[in-house]
Amino acid sequence: MPVITYREAIRHALAEELERDANVVVLGEEVGQFHGAYKVTEGLLAKFGPQRIVDTPISEAGFIGMGIGASMLGVRPVMELMFWSFYSVAFDQILNNAANVRYMSGGQISCPIVIRGPANGGTNVGATHSHTPENILANHPGVKVVVPATAYDAKGLLKASIRDNDPVFFLENTMLYGEKGEVPTEEYVLPLGKADVKREGTDLTIVTYGRSVLHSLAAAAVLEKEHEISTEIVDLRSIRPLDLDTVLASVAKTHRVLVVEEQKPFCSVGSQLAYMIQREAFDELDAPIHKLATIDAPAIYSPPVEVEQLPNPQRVIKAALQAMA
Amino acid sequence: MSKKTSANTEKTPEPAHGSPHRNAAINARLTADEKIALHRKMVRIRRFEERSLRAYQGKKIGGFLHLYIGQEAVAVGCCSLMSANDHVITAYRDHGHALAVGMDPKPLMAELYGKATGCSKGKGGSMHYFDPSRNFWGGHGIVGGQIPLGVGLAYGIKYKGLKGAAMAFMGDGAVNQGAVHEAYNLASLWNLPVVFVIENNGYSMGTSQARSSAGELAQRAAGYDMEWGQCQGHDIYEVRAMMDKFLTLAREKSRPSTVEIDTYRYRGHSVADPDNTYRSKAEIEEYRRTKDPIQLFQNQLLSEGVLTEALIEQIDTEARAEAENAAEFAEASPFPTVDDIQQDVYWEADNPSERKSQGRLFFD
Ligand SMILES: Cc1ncc(C[n+]2csc(CCOP(=O)(O)OP(=O)(O)O)c2C)c(N)n1
Repeated sequence: MPVITYREAIRHALAEELERDANVVVLGEEVGQFHGAYKVTEGLLAKFGPQRIVDTPISEAGFIGMGIGASMLGVRPVMELMFWSFYSVAFDQILNNAANVRYMSGGQISCPIVIRGPANGGTNVGATHSHTPENILANHPGVKVVVPATAYDAKGLLKASIRDNDPVFFLENTMLYGEKGEVPTEEYVLPLGKADVKREGTDLTIVTYGRSVLHSLAAAAVLEKEHEISTEIVDLRSIRPLDLDTVLASVAKTHRVLVVEEQKPFCSVGSQLAYMIQREAFDELDAPIHKLATIDAPAIYSPPVEVEQLPNPQRVIKAALQAMA
Repeated sequence: MSKKTSANTEKTPEPAHGSPHRNAAINARLTADEKIALHRKMVRIRRFEERSLRAYQGKKIGGFLHLYIGQEAVAVGCCSLMSANDHVITAYRDHGHALAVGMDPKPLMAELYGKATGCSKGKGGSMHYFDPSRNFWGGHGIVGGQIPLGVGLAYGIKYKGLKGAAMAFMGDGAVNQGAVHEAYNLASLWNLPVVFVIENNGYSMGTSQARSSAGELAQRAAGYDMEWGQCQGHDIYEVRAMMDKFLTLAREKSRPSTVEIDTYRYRGHSVADPDNTYRSKAEIEEYRRTKDPIQLFQNQLLSEGVLTEALIEQIDTEARAEAENAAEFAEASPFPTVDDIQQDVYWEADNPSERKSQGRLFFD
């Protein structure tokens, strides 16, 4: 199987869907002539032309709103936010319009839009460019929130997102763009809402998603070798819809849970997960559910300190040992 | 042109021989029946709204109720120019537009009552009327937030190689929202077929235009290299003459434009607004007496020999009956059930046989 980067996998998904469906268009700041701020869309303009790959002005509320309006008419826009952090500028459009229009119209209008782009911290760009909006987005019924951790997942999930008839927010972790993984050349689509057990284990379940999957895998290797702890890692892959069944099956096997997320801890996805696990699998638990998140402050710039603010393998190991105590 | 102060009650003398815009091509070719239909539509809107106000006062309607009374010539004039390919989007003062595009008053009234038979199944309310089958894309509660969507409709028209244009309505307060300016820029930059329609009723809630907006509202479009125009909204002939020009520009040249139509609302901002603090009774009375769009058009059609007193009476009686029937329909309709709350949230939840995703969409 070819080994490609997460960035290339997303690009391939875009190209295949642009090829498949003439209603698909890619719009965003610098997606065309500049090849995308993170080079995700490189080469698409040459292949598909300026009608399909559209450079927008710096105008998040305007062009996201425009994409939503166009999607109501049956266009299938894939909008790139240069950074997901700028969702705040288009928040009204994202939540009042994309999330609500189907409901407020009594089901008469659908909004098949994908908004995608780099999210999360780790690149030392400070508080304005390091947001983790998945909890805020997923709090709104009517939208879907997808957070792929690997190249394989990113491609299959983006294809599903583009074909979905509901608004999908696709959060790519900036730190993952260069990560490589096996991606088949044959066409495949991964369903949204299906978690993936990234590592089998018997002593501890780590429920996680996004870049934290990689940290957890690194930690699991150390936990195995140095502490004889066998860790199972469940990658949610999508926050809404959420595959709790796979999580519960794992809890029934290990009886201990650590939630790892690159989010601020308060009112986070992990908080909700901890609640649901204790509610639905209380009898399975041998210990309280533990949670590891980003240290609760705006993203710090200082490069070596940001590493410590975010989840990292050492922090995961420490939290796992607490969960096992 | 625009109302700059709330004390502006200057009289516009009625032209002796009726509207100078009567002879504009788009008006000159109206048949007598079409003229009567325009009049009837305005009367229907007014009677519908008066009936809805009574229902509100009778505590049958919750939330806000933003009445359009006084502005009827704008929605009816603009929407009377719609072809099958044209699209409309508006803000929360949307009853007039909904009726103007031909929606049935029954589901509209039922929506106000919060009934399952409402046009949005009781999920949207007064501010959120929709009927995509009539190219009517809402009914939006965030001031100015609908304008980028309107540009999206125009983008969709152009991308799909369709023929029509989009009309995106907003109030004079909305022009100060950033999203509106982003929308202007995109529309002009990309040659999109959209007409931005500012319905300038002089006030955004309790704030007069003079206190909220610098400069002429429509003229701002010039900064985006867009054509713009202004007209009086109490004269339906004038509205149609100007809109025809700009809709043609959109349909044939795929160019956007901004038009400002001066109009007035008789009622408060919403019915919760007692309306005695920010404008005078005299101002309202003066407008009603000299510029009522229905009265003026009626006089015009009487002088043209198109309407008769008997026909006016009949149209009014029918409009009242229609509004009453709508209220009866709403009254008799069931409320949605608690089970209905979680329907129409996701396309795929409502189409389980075609559901492609897995996992939980809803939480408790
Ligand atoms: C973003 C936003 N801010 C404030 C409001 C509250 N609000 C609703 S209508 C309104 C006045 C808007 O006036 P205008 O655009 O002139 O329209 P009109 O009411 O005159 O039709 C305000 C302030 C809102 N709905 N949305």
